[in-house]
Amino acid sequence: MQALYAQLLVGLINGSFYALLSLGLAVIFGMLNIINFAHGALYMMGAFCAYFLLHLTGIGYWWALIIAPIAVGIFGMILERTMLQWLAGLDHLYGLLLTFGIALIVQGVFQNYFGSSGLPYAIPDYPEVGGFRGLQGGMNLGFMFLPIYRGWVVVFSLVVCLATWFLIEKTRLGAYLRAATENPTLVRAFGINVPRMITLTYGLGVGLAALAGVLSAPINQVRPLMGADLIIVVFAVVVIGGMGSIMGSIITGFALGVIEGLTKYFYPEASNTVVFVLMVLVLLVKPTGLTGRTA
Amino acid sequence: MKHRISALFLGTALALAAGSAVAQDKTVKIGVLTDNSGLYSDLGGAGSTLAAQMAVEDSGLAAKGWKIDIVSADHQNKPDIGTTVARQWIDVEKVDIFVDVLNSGVALAVNNLVKEKNAIMINTGAATSDLTNTQCSPNTIHWVYDTYMLANSTGQALVKAGGDTWYFLTADYAFGHALERDTSAVVVKSGGKVIGTVRHPLNSSDFSSFLLQAQASKAKIIGMANAGGDTTNTIKQAAEFGIVSGGQKLAGLLLFINDVHSLGLKVAQGLNFTETFYWDLNDGTRAFSKRFSERMKNKAMPSMVQAGVYSGLIHYFKTIDAMGGNPHDGVKVVAKMKETPTDDPLFGKGTIRADGRKLHPAYLFEVKKPAESKGPWDYYKLVGTTPGEQAFRPLSESACPLVKK
Repeated sequence: MQALYAQLLVGLINGSFYALLSLGLAVIFGMLNIINFAHGALYMMGAFCAYFLLHLTGIGYWWALIIAPIAVGIFGMILERTMLQWLAGLDHLYGLLLTFGIALIVQGVFQNYFGSSGLPYAIPDYPEVGGFRGLQGGMNLGFMFLPIYRGWVVVFSLVVCLATWFLIEKTRLGAYLRAATENPTLVRAFGINVPRMITLTYGLGVGLAALAGVLSAPINQVRPLMGADLIIVVFAVVVIGGMGSIMGSIITGFALGVIEGLTKYFYPEASNTVVFVLMVLVLLVKPTGLTGRTA
Repeated sequence: MKHRISALFLGTALALAAGSAVAQDKTVKIGVLTDNSGLYSDLGGAGSTLAAQMAVEDSGLAAKGWKIDIVSADHQNKPDIGTTVARQWIDVEKVDIFVDVLNSGVALAVNNLVKEKNAIMINTGAATSDLTNTQCSPNTIHWVYDTYMLANSTGQALVKAGGDTWYFLTADYAFGHALERDTSAVVVKSGGKVIGTVRHPLNSSDFSSFLLQAQASKAKIIGMANAGGDTTNTIKQAAEFGIVSGGQKLAGLLLFINDVHSLGLKVAQGLNFTETFYWDLNDGTRAFSKRFSERMKNKAMPSMVQAGVYSGLIHYFKTIDAMGGNPHDGVKVVAKMKETPTDDPLFGKGTIRADGRKLHPAYLFEVKKPAESKGPWDYYKLVGTTPGEQAFRPLSESACPLVKK
């Protein structure tokens, strides 16, 4: 029974990565109608950005949490301005193909320069608070040993997810955004710069991916293919949650992390496929996803 | 008149025979078939091609009138792509000898083709011990390491050191199963016990669930029957969950210096595993590795796979040079290579057995603590050495049809 609790908690931790990544995807799909296949590559760039900041300039983890998403977000906005904006109004397939190509190029370049086995990035050991050094170490919960860093990831992701949801669903800026995707011409007539809003939104989605990359750098090796391994699962999460639904992707992200964790406990061989089995089942019953709105 | 004509014929025939003996073919084409872009590209890839180039330069054959070409291709870790490239190389490009060929799946597929076409494969990258066991071939030499040797060396040493209960974390495909099977056998034979196994899908990024299960099992040793990114992520996450500080020990059954480099000593310290080459073993290995790393893009030291490419080719060049020319006959050259004892600065003195197994010592290493390391790539402490004859599967246990019993 104790082991089961442990698996539930570990599942929740993985779920927070799924939630952060699928949230970015959902934002981008909801606002730009682009299926952003470059998301995994941008997540990887976030992790590399944290690595460079630490090893080239000595800027540590805490600043990387802020700087990396901004830097990668700017890269994303350049992508949007130079390439993606020309696809507005075209079939989803074009966006998917273009972003997939971008992902391949970005991963290829990183692999050429940094090899395949990855680079080290340690869990931050500052500031020292109480008996703990930064986020290192862990505590014994009785049923499991919980690394402090993992606990931090769950809390931090939840806060970021809810803040994003609040921004889009509850603020005036979010209302403009949603209106702009519904009827760009009308919103433009009110004097709002719709293309700039779209660009900023893409930057926001990309920034979320990069943030997840920074969070994952101390847990996983910083590798060029780290995003490619994850992106398919994240897409399944978005599809199950309902394409473009913000809350749907957050909840599904956490839920799928937990389900995957349980599968790893009861039947580990199936842990990579359980998400897709679920996706098939959900699509059979409700083709728009669990919380999806019909287009 | 009749005499004069027959004399003329005889003379011409003699001249032709003599001419062919003198003008022996002195061209060789080497094919470096490897992973140039995927998860194993640091172990082989561009480094293997560089090692092949260095072997050509160091062989001194060019000065003797030989013409040696190298081609390289990416098999993308897919057996079908590997065999397609290999077939084209043999049929169109007239490649004589294949080196590297990492990834067990690709290696076994190319092994069949090389035998069918009577070419040569010096395999330095694949782990499966089947290459010299059930699938052995008169055209193939398995140069650097195999699953039997890894299991034998690391497994035995750790059980002897008190690690008598094992829990396996196994990559769920042929390679992982083979490594787990071979290691379990060694553990049990040495008086230890296997108390559990968890099979994880290939290319998992998160190992925390599996590690928690291993932790709960209370086994003294957690054996990692996986490779590449799976192993490095396992090690990194095991440190995070306090597995090593909690008293359990991780056993890397297949680990390369590039993996240790990418993990960093802080995380990798204390790991035990087996390799047959390390750049800092002796003057010979140091001299080669220094030259190698200067020419590598990221200044990396050679992995044992890349060192094997150099060593295997040096022996091949010596053999064909002694034969006076390239007969373009795989079986004949490999037979000659087996007759000749091997000797090079990287692997020392060794032999090639009838089943195609190259014998040389296996070294058990421990990864240094950060304080013990004097600089970049100074990572290993030598813990023990097993002579080649004891490290690899004995011929008496071999199922290879080439071995006479």
